[in-house]
Amino acid sequence: MIRPTTVAVTSALVAAVVIAVLAGQHRAGAGENVEVKLCDNHTTTTVPGDQPVTRENGEKIAKALMDQWLRANPDSKAWMEEERSKHSIVNPADNSGLVGRGQGATYGQISGDDVATWREETLKLVVDGSTVFHSGDRLGSTIAVSCDMCHPDAANTHPETYPKFQPQLGRVALLRDMINWCIEHPVRGKTLSADDPNMRALEAYITAQRKGAALDYGRR
Amino acid sequence: MRRRAAFKSIETRHHEERDELFRQLHNLDRRTFVKVSLAAAAAVTARGLAHPFSFMPIDVAYGATEPAQGFRIAYVSDAHLYERTINERFVRQLLRAVDDVNGLDPQPDFVLFGGDLAQLGAADELALGAQILKNVKAPVRMMVGEHDWYLDMGEKWRELFGQPTYSFDHKGVHFVVLNSVIEKDFWTERGMTPEQRMHTVAGLDNGIQSRFTVGDEQRAWLQKDLATVPKTTPLIVFSHSPLYKYYRNWNFWTDDADQVQAILKPFNKVTVVHGHTHQLLTNRIGNINFHGMLSTAWPWPYAPQGLPPLTIQMNRPDPFNPADGLGNGEVRVHPDGLVDKVYNLWNRDPIQISSTYMSSGGKKDVPAKPNLVSF
Repeated sequence: MIRPTTVAVTSALVAAVVIAVLAGQHRAGAGENVEVKLCDNHTTTTVPGDQPVTRENGEKIAKALMDQWLRANPDSKAWMEEERSKHSIVNPADNSGLVGRGQGATYGQISGDDVATWREETLKLVVDGSTVFHSGDRLGSTIAVSCDMCHPDAANTHPETYPKFQPQLGRVALLRDMINWCIEHPVRGKTLSADDPNMRALEAYITAQRKGAALDYGRR
Repeated sequence: MRRRAAFKSIETRHHEERDELFRQLHNLDRRTFVKVSLAAAAAVTARGLAHPFSFMPIDVAYGATEPAQGFRIAYVSDAHLYERTINERFVRQLLRAVDDVNGLDPQPDFVLFGGDLAQLGAADELALGAQILKNVKAPVRMMVGEHDWYLDMGEKWRELFGQPTYSFDHKGVHFVVLNSVIEKDFWTERGMTPEQRMHTVAGLDNGIQSRFTVGDEQRAWLQKDLATVPKTTPLIVFSHSPLYKYYRNWNFWTDDADQVQAILKPFNKVTVVHGHTHQLLTNRIGNINFHGMLSTAWPWPYAPQGLPPLTIQMNRPDPFNPADGLGNGEVRVHPDGLVDKVYNLWNRDPIQISSTYMSSGGKKDVPAKPNLVSF
């Protein structure tokens, strides 16, 4: 008999698998198998219910699930690496100095996994922004123009100077207002709403590329 | 009844005055030159404009003491045409440049097209460009850019315009045109299609591509071509990329620039005019003067590092003004073979980088400095 157990797992969250398998084992009788399901609610693997609960076994299960998922989604990792091989993208701040710190309160200490997750998730948005920035199609350009044609490596975009008054717009502009202005005019596409995934990604990339520039709002 | 004079805006009057002044400048003897200079200065002062450089005529090859042996070349560069149905704006901007050079009086001896006629090297883009350039009244000399080349490795370009590497003599000056955009094969290993290869090269900040070179073959050709040219003969070299190392990441760069410069070094008067950088760009290495060309499609920002110290930057282009930072220009060759480089920036006053500015190491005849520098 197989009992289903759903597991929220990324390759960084091996501990979750161990705990979940542990939970599963309590419900599985001897000789029964446990089905472990990935958080995509689709990928599964089966483990013996009486398998000892160790870190090693947990890692094996996580790896089996992730390998399976990667085989089914071959481009999942590659897109970030591919984009980064094409375009130089500034890395986010290094938080590795925080590992082991914390106030010993509710959430415990900051782990290496925490730091890795912050970095990975932040970069994902920034790298996605780079692909939008460099693609007339993703920007919705009707004349095959993309941002990088005037702003290689996001040069001359100056995110650190916003907000500032733009007489041509007749109001104070935020970075996203200028992005939208560019999308509408030189790019000739449709403007994006402030929470559009492409707008968020563009803001992330443009800001990332100016890392280290002092904030100087209003500067012309 | 009295007829009311037609209203002319301040911009219209400004441009009329400016055009008139530059028209007059070309055929001046010394006495008239002084007159025009004073008139211009007076006009500027009378209006209380503290803008000493914008209107100041510069006495060049047209002095009364020498017969005017100097001559003029016009240039148009970096049009980056898509097919007309995809993007009409770049087409219109190239047409504007063609109108500009056709309006020059007297006409230039020839017009250089500085490369990147097409955006993605497509046969239709190149054919459209060739068709537009047929409207140029003066003879046209063609140079190739990377956007023309990497779809079919220059096949269509050569069919339309001939070999990309050649030389010729004109009024005592030896001209050389190079294909400086040769990249080491990065596409075979990656299994790229010709379209993918072209798209990769078309991205200025795309780091997968290789760096530009002139290459062994052309350097050998150049050496041979120059072997019979006396060292006192003025030399003008056209290359698409700058023949020096400015900023590697954007291929504002030629990887074997040092070797090419070594071949040019023995000559007394060498000028290199290049495209690709879409900006006012000035450099001097030894006795070699380097000048950039403006684009008709879009301006590039200045690179974050490596800007040659002689460069007077152009003001940051105004994004609200679609033609700002674009234009065309002229190369005015003096009787002595040195050149003044004119940047005809659309919607701005022209900027001239004179030969005296170059030879004085930037001390004399300094052009107007920008007030919106890049940061």
